[in-house]
Amino acid sequence: MAVTLQRGNEKMLQRRVLTHNKEQITNMTDISLLSVLIWLPILGGIWVLFVESSAARPIALAVSLITFLFSLPLFFNFNVNTYEMQFTETLAWIPSLGINYQLGIDGFSMPLIILTTFTMVLVILAGWEVIKSKPAQYMAAFLIMEGLMIGVFSALDAILFYVFWEAMLIPMFIIIGVWGGPRRIYASIKFFLYTFLGSVLMLISLLYLYSQAHSFAILDFHQLPLTLEAQKWIFIAFLIAFAVKVPMWPVHTWLPDAHVEAPTGGSVILAAIMLKMGGYGFLRFSLPITPDASAAFDWLVIGLSLIAIVYISFVALVQQDMKKLIAYSSISHMGFATLGFFIGFIIYKNTNSLDGAAMAMEGGMMQMISHGFISGALFLCVGVLYDRLHSREIATYGGVANTMPLFAMFAVFFAMANSGLPGTSGFVGEFLVIISSFKANFWIAFTAATILILGAAYTLWMIKRVIYGAVANDGVASLKDINGRETFILVALAIAVLLFGIWPAPLLDVMHSSVQHLLEHILVSKIPPVM
Amino acid sequence: MQNVALVIVLAPLIGAIIAGLFKVNRTVAHSVTIGAVGISFFLSLYLFYQIIIAGHASFNETVYTWLVAGNVRLEIGFMIDSLTVLMMLVVTFVSWMVHFYTIGYMQDDPGYQRFFSYISLFTFSMLMLVMSNNFVQLFFGWEAVGLVSYLLIGFWFTRESAIYANLKAFLVNRVGDFGFVLGIAAVLMAFNTLSYTEVFELAKTGQYQQTISIVSGSEWSFITVICILLFIGAMGKSAQFPLHVWLPDSMEGPTPISALIHAATMVTAGIFMVARMSPLFELSTTALSFVMVIGGITALFMGILGLVQNDIKRVIAYSTLSQLGYMTVALGVSAYSVGIFHLMTHAFFKALLFLGAGSVIIAMHHEQDMRKMGGLKKYLPITYWTAVIGSIALCGFPFFSGFFSKDAIIEAAHHAYEAERAGAWFAYYAVLLGVFITALYTFRMLFLTFHGKERMDEHTREHLHESPWVVTGPLIALAIPSIFIGMFTLEPLVFGHYFEGAIFVDEAHQAFHPEHYHGVLNFIGHGLMQLPFWLALAGVGTAWFLYIKRPDIPGMIATRFALIHKILLDKYGFDRFNDWFFAGGARRIGSGLWQAGDVTLIDGLVNGSAKIVDWFSSVIRNVQTGFLYHYAFSMIIGLVVLLGWFVYIR
Repeated sequence: MAVTLQRGNEKMLQRRVLTHNKEQITNMTDISLLSVLIWLPILGGIWVLFVESSAARPIALAVSLITFLFSLPLFFNFNVNTYEMQFTETLAWIPSLGINYQLGIDGFSMPLIILTTFTMVLVILAGWEVIKSKPAQYMAAFLIMEGLMIGVFSALDAILFYVFWEAMLIPMFIIIGVWGGPRRIYASIKFFLYTFLGSVLMLISLLYLYSQAHSFAILDFHQLPLTLEAQKWIFIAFLIAFAVKVPMWPVHTWLPDAHVEAPTGGSVILAAIMLKMGGYGFLRFSLPITPDASAAFDWLVIGLSLIAIVYISFVALVQQDMKKLIAYSSISHMGFATLGFFIGFIIYKNTNSLDGAAMAMEGGMMQMISHGFISGALFLCVGVLYDRLHSREIATYGGVANTMPLFAMFAVFFAMANSGLPGTSGFVGEFLVIISSFKANFWIAFTAATILILGAAYTLWMIKRVIYGAVANDGVASLKDINGRETFILVALAIAVLLFGIWPAPLLDVMHSSVQHLLEHILVSKIPPVM
Repeated sequence: MQNVALVIVLAPLIGAIIAGLFKVNRTVAHSVTIGAVGISFFLSLYLFYQIIIAGHASFNETVYTWLVAGNVRLEIGFMIDSLTVLMMLVVTFVSWMVHFYTIGYMQDDPGYQRFFSYISLFTFSMLMLVMSNNFVQLFFGWEAVGLVSYLLIGFWFTRESAIYANLKAFLVNRVGDFGFVLGIAAVLMAFNTLSYTEVFELAKTGQYQQTISIVSGSEWSFITVICILLFIGAMGKSAQFPLHVWLPDSMEGPTPISALIHAATMVTAGIFMVARMSPLFELSTTALSFVMVIGGITALFMGILGLVQNDIKRVIAYSTLSQLGYMTVALGVSAYSVGIFHLMTHAFFKALLFLGAGSVIIAMHHEQDMRKMGGLKKYLPITYWTAVIGSIALCGFPFFSGFFSKDAIIEAAHHAYEAERAGAWFAYYAVLLGVFITALYTFRMLFLTFHGKERMDEHTREHLHESPWVVTGPLIALAIPSIFIGMFTLEPLVFGHYFEGAIFVDEAHQAFHPEHYHGVLNFIGHGLMQLPFWLALAGVGTAWFLYIKRPDIPGMIATRFALIHKILLDKYGFDRFNDWFFAGGARRIGSGLWQAGDVTLIDGLVNGSAKIVDWFSSVIRNVQTGFLYHYAFSMIIGLVVLLGWFVYIR
């Protein structure tokens, strides 16, 4: 114990030196890593717009790869012993209103940023041959979106956050609207309306908070005393904004439509990253800014999460469209993230200790990361089939394993991961949330655990109908197995799924300090004492 | 010792990866996997020597930290004691035999390498399960063997029946796992750790939360809740009533895996788990009563179903269900060591029977219907004699391995019955009656297959010949322990101190005491005077009368008792009920929620509001006419309103 402590101290010391050096560098060039990660893909994307379409693909790939490599130091140089924001930078933006260009990450945002940069490389690769019309614009849209999404995860200023949050919708809107399926207009408008509704409410809340705190710094909001009444209004506004993104029942119906119409890459980003912003919002805004309201309304979020897990699973069971099925599966799995974030209040009340709550919250985070890999992989698998037979209907397929054995192996593997098989990352989050929510209430754990049966039922039933069986028709008979590029993408995701399934400790270790701090923070009431 | 344990576990995994992921040829595939499992077997023997014979302390160490969350550290590690090494030996030995056998059985199959990869992966998973020192890794192995079982039942994935069966098996197992995961959650809540030794230590000293309120207003014994939840997991994996429905269908898989997974090893994981958890189960007589009643139902009623099956593999499958019921009864009456004893003897003779059936099936060109067999004795002498050995062992005739373990179970059930433990009377009569049923269906199968008239077609008869040595070799290798293993292990396992430190039994529940043991012959002599022996003889006699002497009678019985016959053929209606209620019900709920909830209600509202926006914008659109004077006019009105507001309001 003492040895580890000492080593931890040494590490901290080293890190401090490192950060010190980094500050010097920052001062010299005024550029820090997070800014690079945001602006490199955005500028790269703009560059791609102006090159010939033959050069667009390699440039886009190079940009996304470099961004990914640059994001790795975030993990390796991350100080796991502090909850303080790291890699911070602050520039005055609109001084008269107190708006700053302020960036920084903690244990919640760092894994999500790396998930973003990792996924984006694969998405660029996935669109390599498939996107024939306007490839340069396609790649550019994704790169720009990448920068904006990293901006969302690293912004520490509310207005900066809001700008990124809204701006990110535009490329996604374009991706669905231009490269989407036949009902893309309906889907993109529905997507826009839903998210817009949430965004407006969020903006109003942010402005109110500014009027109280006289600052747009999110960390200042965290310290701001608020009456319970005010907290409740803000909480509800945030809840709507983030619930749409997650999405939670009953504001989820945009997701299946958006997924169905989006091109494969769009679906992957939507499922792997964008949904996580809702969950991230709860951790960065709802819980720390309105802790008393969160405690008062925890039953609401828990209830909606459980409805998502059960209700949506049943709906997923009867889908005929593979993408819709996976979209519903996403909603259901994201229910574990929101459940894990909000179950802590009851656990604390029952056990009088933060440990169970920490386990649940880390389980929720783990579920978000893992779901990024698994749902991304499943959408890519559907994309592989769609590229060949131009159908997402389950009934079109049958016996794919006969003609695409390699693909079948990956499909079954990711289906098992989606069913939460231990040894894959899909298990870790669900397991942690279930076993910790048992401490809150038997029936909550009971309801959440039905995912074991329902999740396996809808995923494997689809596998049975699509992958297994005799060759169903000439279309299936003509299928060619996945090529090197497709194999590479699926292998990369499979490695990630296995790695975090077999050894999730490093991922959870980066969260401990932030989770602990957040829990300690939200248990202190922010209601100002009555005069 | 940790390195040895790691090699034992990882060798089959590496074998599976090489055979499965790299495009190796057949010889490489089977050499590599057989070599790997062989290594595991011999190293298991080495560990057995170290711990049991050389008397080293049992081994319990962490390999790495899986994760830390809150104040809980979840680790991957091994615990190797007398119970574990026994399981390791059984698993690796049977698996090894099955690997050899597969060379012959699957020689014409295009999925040869894939098959070897799967069975090696299974061996890895099963070893992870039995060697675990904590609940998380136990659950990993538990689900991993389920995965391999899924893959192997659906091995011939173009067959509709196979892919129906594997989905069903996985989902029914998941129902059990649902309980199991809640059980693990309950253990964590009660003990705040998931490491075996810590949990057992706390359980022994009573330092845990005693009650839990599940239905508000009533406090339940926490340990009972834990044990029942964990046992639900065992009911799924070990196919106990009413979660037994997947096992007969699992016969869709190739025969070698029926022997390995669905008879000898995986399905006994539940039995092993309960025995491992004996320090917990001993604290709850309520849970134990539940266990023994479930076991009794399975032992008796699943055996009866074996009487009407015509598919040779399904007879053995129902027999497996029934025997698993016997083991469960043993657990329920606190005779954990006897349950494990029967698990071991059963592993040998049941794997033997399955592999024998496989040999018959090869000879019959993949015909499994016993009505088209008969008189095979002279064509398949080795298969026949080994099948006789397996059958006699299964029925529990003296000197054969099954005799000792089954008699001990009945003895233990009787002890519990006399001690008036709740449910014990039912379990006792169920296992007692089961002896007659067992003998009847076993010899019915033996007679229908190997004796009597030759009912196959001419073409098949001409090609009948004994299977190659890779098939008969494992049969002989399994026949030897099927005869002898019982008499050599009875004393240490049941009466002795073999399981001391691994299995914990409350003194009041103890059915066997070392001082009551007076040698194998004495035990046999005692058995000869007991009811079970005569019941078994009666069963054989009845089978002989019905299927050799008067083969016309069974048909008459079936017509006479048509209703009962129909119920039995219908497997008590479980499959139909499950298909209608659970599978159909889930689909109906899904469609209902989707159409009524998502499409009509939510999207109705969304599209409705979109229409309102549409209407509103069409109104607004009228304002934007494009005529300059309209804009100028509205600007003037706006100005007037603004000015008026300033003047009058402020």
